Amino acid sequence: MRFATVLPVVAALLAAAACSSTPPTAANKTLKIVYQKSDSFTALDAVMQDAKKEFEAANSSVTVNLEPIQANDDDYGTKLALAQRSPDTAPDVFYEDTFKVRSDVDAGYLLKLDSYLQKWDDWSTFNEAAKAAGRADDGGIYAVPVGTDTRAIWYNKAVLKKAGISVPWQPKTWEDILSTARAIKASDPTVIPFNMYAGKGTGEGTVMQSFYELLYGTDSTLYDEKEKKWVVGSQGFTDSLAFLKTLYDEKLAASPAEALDANVWKKVFGEWFPQGKLAATVEGSYSPSFWQKGGPYEWAGYEQDMGVAMFPTRNGQEPGGVSMSGGWTLAVGAKSKNAELAFKFLTTALNKKNALAFDINNSQIAVRTDVASESSYLAANPFVKDVSELVKVTHYRPATADYPRISTAVQVATESVITGKQSPEDAAAEYDATVRKLVGDDKVLER
Amino acid sequence: MTIRRYLRLLPVVPSVLLLLFFLLAPVAWSFYASFTDAALSGRAARDPHWVGLDNYVRMFSDDAFPLAAWLTVVFVAASAVLGQNVLGLLIALLMTHSRKAVSSWVGTAVVAAWVLPEIVAAFAAYAYFNRDGTLNQMLAFFGGQGLDWLYTFPLVAIILANTWRGTAFSMLVYRAALADVPHDISEAALMDGAHGWQRLAFITLPMIRSSIATNLMLITLQTLAVFTLIWVMTAGGPANASTTLPVLAYQEAFKFGDIGYGTAVASVLILLGVVFGAVYVRLLRDQRP
Repeated sequence: MRFATVLPVVAALLAAAACSSTPPTAANKTLKIVYQKSDSFTALDAVMQDAKKEFEAANSSVTVNLEPIQANDDDYGTKLALAQRSPDTAPDVFYEDTFKVRSDVDAGYLLKLDSYLQKWDDWSTFNEAAKAAGRADDGGIYAVPVGTDTRAIWYNKAVLKKAGISVPWQPKTWEDILSTARAIKASDPTVIPFNMYAGKGTGEGTVMQSFYELLYGTDSTLYDEKEKKWVVGSQGFTDSLAFLKTLYDEKLAASPAEALDANVWKKVFGEWFPQGKLAATVEGSYSPSFWQKGGPYEWAGYEQDMGVAMFPTRNGQEPGGVSMSGGWTLAVGAKSKNAELAFKFLTTALNKKNALAFDINNSQIAVRTDVASESSYLAANPFVKDVSELVKVTHYRPATADYPRISTAVQVATESVITGKQSPEDAAAEYDATVRKLVGDDKVLER
Repeated sequence: MTIRRYLRLLPVVPSVLLLLFFLLAPVAWSFYASFTDAALSGRAARDPHWVGLDNYVRMFSDDAFPLAAWLTVVFVAASAVLGQNVLGLLIALLMTHSRKAVSSWVGTAVVAAWVLPEIVAAFAAYAYFNRDGTLNQMLAFFGGQGLDWLYTFPLVAIILANTWRGTAFSMLVYRAALADVPHDISEAALMDGAHGWQRLAFITLPMIRSSIATNLMLITLQTLAVFTLIWVMTAGGPANASTTLPVLAYQEAFKFGDIGYGTAVASVLILLGVVFGAVYVRLLRDQRP
């Protein structure tokens, strides 16, 4: 029985031994770089490989360890956050979604970059809106954008023409979208006329490439930036859900079963558009990166077959269209032991040459003015000009710390509606209740 | 004297320590975290607060939780207790009465599903029940109209898949147990005029009772923890129709970053396992005089 008294002592000794780690050898410094890579997203990996070579050549005592994470956006965020929880696994430089910046700054994962940016000449070439993407609630800059994006309606001209719709096509109201979609359906029932993502399967894509285009075109909003409160009970929210319900009920979009598949976007880009099975969808300005040479779904005909249109406001009211912008950044870990070097690597990865390569290969909208005026950037694909102009009507997500959970609540609402589990009114009411629960009554605004 | 006693205990120390560190510590941490607002991001990630029973209170006001608890019970009852257990026993019984060649063929076919890694079995099941999958292709061949099984009957598809995957274990347990039933007892019963089902109900089953209890305990605990199969086949959808407790815990903790709430769900799962375990242990104990 005395064994029981010995055990805690042994355990304590063992724990103490485990805690005393040896300091890292100072002679050869290493930087750990974490970013996303997937079968369909290799543009950043290429840039990082180049940056590593460039950086190691200029700094012979430093080794750059590239540690790409193979995952979709959701899983990448989770894996990154898990790595950031401990100083032993936290990366020095990492790829970070703009909408997670504020939340992760609150969590203490990101290093404040203001003092470093002052000494970096290139910082002045970043446009002002883009600089704001990395700004946290305290006004400091914590992340440097690698590019931004907008959302538009992508349509297959050949499919539209077959249904007797004249191109270029630009719907002025939601009703225009529905009537065109119905006409396409009537002329060829095997074609999906107008797909919009919904449900939790497509995650953030559901809100960025579908729901917000509707909501922000109703004169309603998700969040009141002035009052710093979340909007509940708005008619626009219910109406947006009702629009999705109409699309899915009338089978103008993909089937709910297909929509809830997390990989449905692969079908959109890889099968439905190239095979002429889909007339139109709402997608990001980066769409050509899937089809262009070297992309995951190479499609030689996309430049002729595809067209791009602005997503209209509900009744065509000012400013006439809606777009959403997001984008990704590079940030330095707050726990980095070599912050100075880490920032230096960041500037190498985002210098003009690398930023240009990334923006072209990933069909990003440039955030550096010197890249934006580069002729090779403007010639990268025939849609650069159109999608860049959408910046004028674009919206950014409320990147507060609560945002990721609110976004999930919106996804749940869309899923309930398209699967017929709830009416738009009930789903909106449940969303309101969830928001109140998440942020508290004093942070919501009845409208 | 006492020193020698301690020295004799020395060889078990590593295993006890390993158990403490790798089994008990995570469980204890999970219980602890379920009383905090720990999160993957945001202020709570830096500085988690003790929130008492908040997570548990939220659980019972959250529609997803009671549904997930119910689905978990249905899933375990249907795929483990009924599916794997009964099917395993039936196959084992039939095998004892069939020719050697037949029984080894059947045995191999059943065990094949069991030796597949869970992720492979999950993809196989997905490929089978998928809208363009094997099942629908076979139905189409016979002129039938296929359904989108994973969307229309997600839980049924998962229950069938888990039964398919796990039956081999029960079959092996019962094969061994049946082999131990002495022949002369069955023969004596046969001489007394007992019919097949009478021999099964009054002789065979009571004699393998402890194997039944052990088997039930193991497959129940295994099935409670099934995650990969469900995640690959339906990811808990559509609209939570196949979200069992492990899937819910994962979603809350890692997809929504709410570690506190996720661990609270996991804690309930652990408690559920303890309850099931206690019941079966009770069954086992009653057996011995």
